[in-house]
Amino acid sequence: MNELHSTDVAIIGAGPIGLFSVFQCGMLKMSCHVIDALPATGGQCTALYPEKPLFDIPAAPNINAFDLIERLEKQIAPFKPVIHLNQQVTELQKIDEYWHLSTATGLNIQARAIIIAAGAGAFGPNKPPLDNIEQFEGSSVHYMVQKREDFRDQRIVIAGGGDSAVDWALSLADVAAKIYVIHRRDRFRAIPETVAQMKALAEAGKIELVIPYQLAALEGEGKTLKTVVVKTLDGDERRIEADHLLSFFGLATKLGPINDWGLNILNGVIKVEPTTCATNLAGIYAVGDIADYPHKLKLILSGFAEAAQAAHAAYRVVNPGQALNFEHSTSSGLPTLEAAD
Amino acid sequence: MTALIFIKPDGEKVTVEATNGATVMEVAKENDMPMLAACGGSLACATCHVIVDDVWYDKTGEISEDEEDLLDTAHGLTHTSRLCCQIKVSDELDGMVMTLPPMD
Repeated sequence: MNELHSTDVAIIGAGPIGLFSVFQCGMLKMSCHVIDALPATGGQCTALYPEKPLFDIPAAPNINAFDLIERLEKQIAPFKPVIHLNQQVTELQKIDEYWHLSTATGLNIQARAIIIAAGAGAFGPNKPPLDNIEQFEGSSVHYMVQKREDFRDQRIVIAGGGDSAVDWALSLADVAAKIYVIHRRDRFRAIPETVAQMKALAEAGKIELVIPYQLAALEGEGKTLKTVVVKTLDGDERRIEADHLLSFFGLATKLGPINDWGLNILNGVIKVEPTTCATNLAGIYAVGDIADYPHKLKLILSGFAEAAQAAHAAYRVVNPGQALNFEHSTSSGLPTLEAAD
Repeated sequence: MTALIFIKPDGEKVTVEATNGATVMEVAKENDMPMLAACGGSLACATCHVIVDDVWYDKTGEISEDEEDLLDTAHGLTHTSRLCCQIKVSDELDGMVMTLPPMD
């Protein structure tokens, strides 16, 4: 796949603030493409707390995060944004008048302005910080199970104490030669019934619970894992011969490539000029949790306002020399916009 | 004011003034300590993990089951690991030393 799109504004991040940026740009008749690493829109709202109620959204006294995202999507639908999911923006560079961005899966977009609404960064597996873990990824170290059959007759170490660890321990118990579950404490944060099933399988000898241990090191040759070294908090070490490590520590966010674009970043946030949300790079704006200025409040509420500030500032970059007629939606109505290419 | 001492991943020791009633995470962020604290204190991540100096640990208060659950997703845990958004600054903590794990 090697698509090239052209748009007024490219928005990195499809969380609530990225989505509302589409609205604000749309009101100024700017077309938008939105890119997100997750398979669904909504960012943290969808990935971390879809069912939690929010009480501080103006005029929505009690709305759960999933519904908030649904309503935002409805609100921006008239502006026909093109949303690209499941891919992380890896490169961003300025060529002549345009910012060019591309994703790992071959999407290319050129835009006059960029709005970064990437929250705490792109979601990915929360990887244990073991020196050589990348060496084994894809062959012996996994963060998800694609085919159960791949694990037939294999010795598997499952690390983690949540639903994924417990569910896969149960599911793979039928096919694996041996399963070890490494967890730091006796309590699992998973459905009690499945935990009980896992403990029953442990008593029957199908699964071995290695508690209270944490991953300490991986040993092997090339891409092939041989030994998983685990330790207790007191430093007692155990060496487990294994073919695979399934690591289930949930999701973590990482700025990743955003760090490499020359933006002024400190401790995971981008410094912006608060009245325009302009970053240190001309034509690039940052809004929402990823944008930082003195006394910043990390609220969805603030992010919405920042989206409006950024869109108005971006207008001058997208439409140089053109007048910006400030209008309220009560007078302008919803502008009609051609679908972006 | 209460003094808190952070030891950064590179070994640098920084003493900061903290207001009682603030959380240690808030104090760390105000002072630009290398800490992500991604969820902003809503107990939805483990990126404000600190290792409290042994002698201070008992003074940091009870650990809730929710905090324990999130500590499951932190790495490099110790006997004195805490999520510092759950520690409230008070006179009792004056002089407390904490080590910040690498941000990776």
